[in-house]
Amino acid sequence: MTASAILIQFLNGLASASSLFMVAAGLSLIFGVTRIVNFAHGSLYMLGLYLSYSLFELLGGGPLGFWGGVIAAALIVAVFGALVEVLLLRRIYHAPELLQLLATFALGLIVKDVALWVWGPEDLLGPRAPGLAGAVEIAGRRFPEYDLFLIAIGPLVLGALWLLLTRTRWGTLVRAATEDREMAGALGVNQRWLFTGVFALGSLLAGLGGALQLPREPAQLFLDLSVISDAFVVVVVGGLGSIGGAFLAALLIAEIKSFCIGLGDVTLFGAVFSFSKLTLVVEFIVMAVVLVLRPWGLLGRAPAVARSSGAVEPPLVLPSPKLRLAGLAMLAALVLLPAVFSGYTLILMIDIMIFALFSVSLFFIMGPGGMHSFGHAAYFGLGAYGAGLLALKGGVPMELALALGPLCAAIGALAFGWFCVRLSGVYLAMLTLAFSQIAWSIVFQWDAFTGGSNGLVGIWPAAWLASKEAYYYLALSGCGLGVFALWRILYSPFGYALRAGRDSPLRADAIGIDVRTLQWAGFTLAGLAAGLAGALYAFSKGSISPETLSVPRSVDGLVMVLLGGIQSLTGPVWGAIVFTWLQDVVAREIDYWRAVLGAIILLLVLAFPGGLAGALGRLATRLSGGKAAPGAAT
Amino acid sequence: MKIMHSLIAAAVLAAAASTGAQAQAIKIGELNSYKVFPAFLDPYKKGWELALEEINKSGGVLGRKLEVVSRDDNGNPGDAVRVAEELIAREKVSVLMGTFPSHVGLAVSNLANQRKIVFVAAEPLTDKIVWENGSRYTFRLRPSTYMQTAMLVPEAAKLKKQKWAIVYPNYEYGQSATASFKKLMTKAQPGVQFVGEQAPPLGKIDAGAVVQALLDAKPDAIFSSLFGPDLQKFVREGNTRGLFKGRPVFNLLAGEPEYLDPLKDETPEGWVVTGYPWNEIKTPEHQKFLAAYQARFKDYPRLGSVVGYSTMYSVANMIKKAGAVDTEKMIAAMKGLEMSTPIGPIVYRAVDHQSTMGAYVGKLAKKNGKGVMVEWRFADGALFLPPFEEVKAMRKE
Amino acid sequence: MSQAMNPPVLRVKNLSKAYGGVQAVSDVSFEVAAGELLALIGPNGAGKTTCFNMLNGQIAADAGGIEFEGRPVRGLKPREIWRLGVGRTFQITATFSSMTVRENVQTALLSHHRRLGSLFSIATRQHVEEADALLARVGMREQAERACGVLAYGDLKRVELAVALANRPRLLLMDEPTAGMAPRERNELMQLAAELARGSNIAVLFTEHDMDVVFSRTPTASSCWPAAN
Repeated sequence: MTASAILIQFLNGLASASSLFMVAAGLSLIFGVTRIVNFAHGSLYMLGLYLSYSLFELLGGGPLGFWGGVIAAALIVAVFGALVEVLLLRRIYHAPELLQLLATFALGLIVKDVALWVWGPEDLLGPRAPGLAGAVEIAGRRFPEYDLFLIAIGPLVLGALWLLLTRTRWGTLVRAATEDREMAGALGVNQRWLFTGVFALGSLLAGLGGALQLPREPAQLFLDLSVISDAFVVVVVGGLGSIGGAFLAALLIAEIKSFCIGLGDVTLFGAVFSFSKLTLVVEFIVMAVVLVLRPWGLLGRAPAVARSSGAVEPPLVLPSPKLRLAGLAMLAALVLLPAVFSGYTLILMIDIMIFALFSVSLFFIMGPGGMHSFGHAAYFGLGAYGAGLLALKGGVPMELALALGPLCAAIGALAFGWFCVRLSGVYLAMLTLAFSQIAWSIVFQWDAFTGGSNGLVGIWPAAWLASKEAYYYLALSGCGLGVFALWRILYSPFGYALRAGRDSPLRADAIGIDVRTLQWAGFTLAGLAAGLAGALYAFSKGSISPETLSVPRSVDGLVMVLLGGIQSLTGPVWGAIVFTWLQDVVAREIDYWRAVLGAIILLLVLAFPGGLAGALGRLATRLSGGKAAPGAAT
Repeated sequence: MKIMHSLIAAAVLAAAASTGAQAQAIKIGELNSYKVFPAFLDPYKKGWELALEEINKSGGVLGRKLEVVSRDDNGNPGDAVRVAEELIAREKVSVLMGTFPSHVGLAVSNLANQRKIVFVAAEPLTDKIVWENGSRYTFRLRPSTYMQTAMLVPEAAKLKKQKWAIVYPNYEYGQSATASFKKLMTKAQPGVQFVGEQAPPLGKIDAGAVVQALLDAKPDAIFSSLFGPDLQKFVREGNTRGLFKGRPVFNLLAGEPEYLDPLKDETPEGWVVTGYPWNEIKTPEHQKFLAAYQARFKDYPRLGSVVGYSTMYSVANMIKKAGAVDTEKMIAAMKGLEMSTPIGPIVYRAVDHQSTMGAYVGKLAKKNGKGVMVEWRFADGALFLPPFEEVKAMRKE
Repeated sequence: MSQAMNPPVLRVKNLSKAYGGVQAVSDVSFEVAAGELLALIGPNGAGKTTCFNMLNGQIAADAGGIEFEGRPVRGLKPREIWRLGVGRTFQITATFSSMTVRENVQTALLSHHRRLGSLFSIATRQHVEEADALLARVGMREQAERACGVLAYGDLKRVELAVALANRPRLLLMDEPTAGMAPRERNELMQLAAELARGSNIAVLFTEHDMDVVFSRTPTASSCWPAAN
């Protein structure tokens, strides 16, 4: 690259960093104060962009239409954010942690379909900014004027936020709450309005970030997902709750991307290496490296020890004889199912059982293990690809491939887990995400071996397992044993040690428990189980694609666990059943199925903040007239 | 007397049975990623709905009405396979049709092969679905990535430009378009150089940086397979930064209304593209289709509409030619099936199950602040397929 | 009981720790013998807890020596020091809130018997009698089935003590054992500590900011602040 090329790519990076920073700063503020992992943040960005597009036309175009539209769009998104906080999130702050994540996920589904309904399916390319439509000459090259404006606006917003947070009383409260929420609450800070205000401000920034992209980015329905993952990466790399960190991280990532593109194909040691292709995953590589070296991000600090994280989990109780009987009856019903139903019911049941195992394996580390994973699909996918590759390319018999596939997942979990257990909380979750994205991109790129984006086709079960009934029994025994083994382990000394490490790492360490090693082992076990689910999935579908280890697959797992209830052993199973079944039915019957699915999840969250299992447990005790049984037993 | 009576009864019963069979519709299973790619698939759905109405109005096929059971496959192969299984097992459909992304198309094709059911793939562009991974149950309508690239190459070679830069979305479609372009160009114009390659992730192009990198590579011409939001961002940045000044650009698909219309006054003039100039095609088949479509939906057709419409007719014609709703007979009928579509006659080649549907190759221009295709010509798909031997070698049947 | 009769279980020499420029603990030396009850005294913020955290390996000392039964333990991890026979309680109680009282003790016992790697036995069926005996000793036998998350503070302190005794320690570190307790409860707890020291011949080191507690129970006291001995 020449000097002028380097300069221009540097400026390109600065321009990209600005909007990235605004979205990330909003997300960071919201998380810092409310501890909500706002999955709908990308939707707010998308709304900002769509609104500014419409407002431009509504206000008759021109400078007023553009700048007025941008500001109005950001304000509308802020009001929307405040409404979401007041009407929705406020009701579930005391639910087990991460339930708010489920609510915001559902909200994102609704926003997406509403946007489709309002704005239609076509991409909407906005106007150029009046007054900044052209380019200026820099180092002999044409550089867009609007990009110069964006380069300026990022630091301006940073400065404004800094003034707001350090020079106003409200800002002081926000910082206090970020440092120590309980303490701020104890000092008589009106948490309700503080939370609403912060949510509105965060939404404003997301909306503004989106609206300002009007001349650069067409409004379209994929934006929410692509923005949310970028924003999370920036927030975590910068350090949760640190606005300056978010700015630094946005800058770092945008610049690295710019220069990867600028470098293009480079010949290294005789082989051509495409830096341009690296942009697929480079931010996740940056995140992984940063988190491994600096566990709390670039400018983040070790979080204050949380004294209480929502509801206290009740002790684990061995299933009562009645419950055991119910479980056996259910198992018997499953065994007899093919005698009554055939065809599609069995196929749907196979999917449900596979996802139940996947969901229980995620629950195993998230609930009792206390390790939130946003990238659990990596192990599902590694199991699927391991089995698929062995069968397809290794010429291994299907039965053996099915057995070995999960081991590939376990090896992956062993390798990634070693790094992950060194972190905690959202940092750990984001590192799991980074690893899963890295694994995904390798599978996605490695055409010759993994089939690239198309995946592998022709992975069918052995002849004796090919019939639906036979495969149903295979899935039932595989998933049944997997789920049962994980449950059983939770009752074992190992399971108790795992929970001990989660409940109080301090105490666990003081009674001789090597918490990290234990978590590492737990992580690997969960990876093995997820891998089994993945391998069963591969042979049930006949083909696999990188989608099996993608973020949406991980998110589905999270949704199942949270929907069912994270404080109950059977919760993740109920979550998997309800989510898979709902998706199947709703998608078949309704055009706008995503919105309906989102609405149903929201209703369930509001009605049963303890998860479906908790609700079922209460129902069961009411029916049997007994006194409230601990939720863990249901 | 008694015998007579029961004979009459039997005759009545038989008649009832036969009218019952006649009334029973032929079920077609359709699946597509409606919610993931609505911009292309909304018009597609309208297209097959229109065709279905026409077919049934004219008495259906083999005296039976067609019934389409349509499902959303959520844009991922796992769900698509489940949905297809549902169509096969519960809805008992006789034929599958649809799909948009390549990996979903391949997964459903693979399932169709396993379940022994005919699958007419509408959209997926991947070459593999009819070649490397071709199966006897799968047929594909649209011209593939290879074919559309091949349609552009003669024009590109004519320019005698020495240095080419390439930009493509980083997944199979973009990769194989690039590979085909390089291969075909090298053949058509020996000594051609490829000086810069950019592979932004699908939907996430960092347009400013990519345009700058391409400028720095100093190419004489550019080949792109971008589409959708990536294309729009690329075009705007390229216009602002002067990338396209004095540089011919070839872009697959960019002339399709789905991708061209959002560009509006940003439309880059002079680009050579494949597409669908719907308002300028004056053939009788197209005029008829256009009138019917506009009357029915108060909207103009996109390329997706043509694809949906033609897929539906492909299925209907296949069944008609087979004379029975029987998988083996349908396969036999589909091999070499000749039919007309709004954009000209096609044949489903027996050798690889690929239809010879063509595409329009032309130049982009601006008209009243909107993008249009000018100087276009129709490229017959049949002329842009590799020789039979090559195809046979690739298909592992 | 005098130090001359028993060799010291714990010997601390010139222990120091600074945070930034602030000297939290400087040059502290003392010894505790088996059966002896020794108080580390000093007002809040004097560095008693820091001192404790160095003793069980939770934080690293800047300088000085720590010997347990003649073996240098400075630099070992908490779990390693625990394995040698050192139990401790925390100023702010640290128990497993999602477990019952008995399960808390059982978990410690399982760890002591090195059985935490077991995947398929039922944890709650292990070491029940041993756990109950420990709970009886601290007066928590009746509440064995209750969830730790709902216990009163004083009871949590007792659970901690039972947990700390699970590995039959020869040295027991009790950080502010009576903080936040009613006077009667305090008395009972310190009575218990004294019995442990004498009856089981355990060396007990505790921190305390209340001099009444110290002088009603212990013949010897060591001050952390100002550094003197």
